[in-house]
Amino acid sequence: MISLDLLFEAVIFGVLLGSFYAAVSLGLSVAFGLLDVPYVAHPALLVLGAYCIYLLGTLGLDPIVSGILLMPVFFILGILIYRIYYETFEKRGSDTDVRGLAFFFGLAFIIEVCLILVFGVDQRTVRASYIGSSLEIGEYRLPYRMLVAFAIAITLTVALTQYFSKTFTGRAIKAVGQDQEALRLMGADPVKIKQLAFGIATAINALAGAMLVIVGPVDPSMDRIYIGRTFCVVVLAGLGSMSGTLVAGLVLGITESVVLMTLGASWAPAVSFGLLLVMLGVRPQGLFGR
Amino acid sequence: MKFWISSLSLLAFFFVLTLLGVNEYFFFAGFVVLQFIVLATAWNILGGYAGYVNFGVPAFLAVGAYSAVVLFKAISAPIVVQILGGGVMAGLLGLGVGLLTLKLRGIFFSIATVAVVFILETCVNNWRYVGGATGLQLTRPEGLWLFSTYTRFLFFMMSLLALIAVATARYVQTSYLGRGLRAVRDSEEAAECSGVPTLKLKLIACTVSGALMGVAGAPMPMYLSFVEPTSIFNLSYAISALGMPIIGGTSHWVGPLIGAIVLATVQQVVTVTISSELNVLVLGVLLIVFVIAAPDGIIGLFKKWKRFSK
Repeated sequence: MISLDLLFEAVIFGVLLGSFYAAVSLGLSVAFGLLDVPYVAHPALLVLGAYCIYLLGTLGLDPIVSGILLMPVFFILGILIYRIYYETFEKRGSDTDVRGLAFFFGLAFIIEVCLILVFGVDQRTVRASYIGSSLEIGEYRLPYRMLVAFAIAITLTVALTQYFSKTFTGRAIKAVGQDQEALRLMGADPVKIKQLAFGIATAINALAGAMLVIVGPVDPSMDRIYIGRTFCVVVLAGLGSMSGTLVAGLVLGITESVVLMTLGASWAPAVSFGLLLVMLGVRPQGLFGR
Repeated sequence: MKFWISSLSLLAFFFVLTLLGVNEYFFFAGFVVLQFIVLATAWNILGGYAGYVNFGVPAFLAVGAYSAVVLFKAISAPIVVQILGGGVMAGLLGLGVGLLTLKLRGIFFSIATVAVVFILETCVNNWRYVGGATGLQLTRPEGLWLFSTYTRFLFFMMSLLALIAVATARYVQTSYLGRGLRAVRDSEEAAECSGVPTLKLKLIACTVSGALMGVAGAPMPMYLSFVEPTSIFNLSYAISALGMPIIGGTSHWVGPLIGAIVLATVQQVVTVTISSELNVLVLGVLLIVFVIAAPDGIIGLFKKWKRFSK
C-alpha cells in the first residue's frame, strides 16, 4: 500500500500533467468537438509543432516565444488543410466518413515519416532557463517546466472560453457545428467560419507543441500515444466544451500519474486509451455532453 | 466457377514453384505480399462494404500472432492449429470490439479500435510468458512434408490463406450479408427501417474481418522466428491495410486484391532498395492522392477508362 504522502504528490503532479493534456487537446476540441471534422492528424501536427520549436531553439529562441511566433504560420497551415478537406470531402458530400478519416490518417503518417527522414528517430530536447530546475515548497518539488506548461494551459483555456462566449465570430464558431443553415440565415458564411475555426485549432498546436517539448523530449512517433490522450480528453469532456476539456484533462492527468506511481511506467500508455474505450462504451456523450 | 478454376490453378502453380530451385528470397518477400492480400481483403469486409474504418488492424494481427506463440509454447502445436487458434481468438476480439463500439458513429469506432491496439500492446509488454517488451526467440522446425525449407512451406500456407480470404470476401459481397452491409454504409437509419438487422450484420462482418486478420498474423512468429510487441503492434499495418483497399477500390473484392499486390510489391522493392521509412511515405502519399483525385480507386479508374474508350 502506498502512503498518503506519495498519493498526494501523485495528485499534485497529475494536476500539472492534466492541465498540460487539456492544453494539447484544445485544438482537437475545436476541430473535432465543434466542427465534427475527424481530425486524426491533430497529434501529428502537435509533434510537428514541437519539432519546429526545436529547430527555432537551435537558433537560440526561447520555446514559448517561438511558439507564439509560429502561431500565424500554423494558422495558415490549418486553413490550407481545411480548404483541401472542404473541397474534396465536405463539398462532394458522399462518403465523407471513410475517405475523410483515411485522408487525415494518411496525413498523420506523412508528417511522421517526414520527421523521421529529416530528424531521425532520436529524441530531441530544447534548452531554457526553466527546464531542469524545480520549485521547492517544503518537501514537495514542482518542476518549473510543468509549472510553465500549467500556466500556458490555463491562459489558453481561459482565452478560448472567453473568445467563444464573448465575441461574434467565437459564437458563430460554436453555432456552425450545431446548425449551418441557421448561421447562413444570420448572415455569416459557414465555410469561412469553419475555416477560421480550423485555423485557430491548428494555431493552438504551435503553442501546444512548445509545451510538449518543454515538458519532455520529443520523438517523431510520439503522435501515436497522443492520439489516445487528446481523443480521450475531448471525448471525456463532451464534444466542444472548453472548460470541460480542462476538467477532462485533469481527470486523465491524475489517473495517469496515480497509475504511474502504483503500477509503474509500463502500464501508463494504456491509461488514456483504456479511459477512452470505457467512455466510448459507457457514455459516448462525455461527462459534460450536450 | 471461373474464379475457382483460376485460383486453384494459381495455388497449384505456387505449389510447384516451392518445389523448384527458385531463390529463397522470392518466398520470403512473397509471404509478405500474400499477407497484405489477406489483411487488405479482411479490412475491406468491414471498411469497404459497411463503411466502418478499422484502425486497429495491428491489434488483430498481434492477437493472431500471440495466440500462435502461446499455443506453440504451451503444447508445441503444429502451425495449422496455431493459425486456427489465432483466427478464433482474433474473431472473438472482433466480436468483442463490435459489441462494445459498433453502436458508435464513424470516427468514434475508428478511435476505439486504435485504443484496442495500445491497450493490448501494454498488456503484452507486461506479460512475461510471451517475452514481454523484449520479445521471444522461437526455434522453427526444419522443412516440412514436401517442402525443403520452412519459409517455402509458410509461403504456400499463406497463399492458401489468401485464397480463403478472397473467397470469403467474394462470398460476403454477393450474399445477403454484403447487400445488407452496403445498405448500412449508405444509410444506417434507412437500412434499419427497411428491416435490415444492422447490428447483427455489423457484428458478423467485424468477427469475420477480425478472424481473417488474426489468421494473417498467426504464421508471423514462425516466419520471423521471433516475436516482439513494438514491431507487431505497429500502426503502419493499419495504414497499409486501409490504404491498399482504398487505392485499389473498396466496392468490389478485386479492389483490395489489386491494391495489395501492387502496393505490397512496390513496398518490398522500396524497402530493399531505399528504406523502410520511405515505403510508409509512398503509401501515405498515394493514399491521399487517390482519396482526393480518384475516390473509387484503381478499379474506378479502370471503369472510367473502359467507358471512355468505347
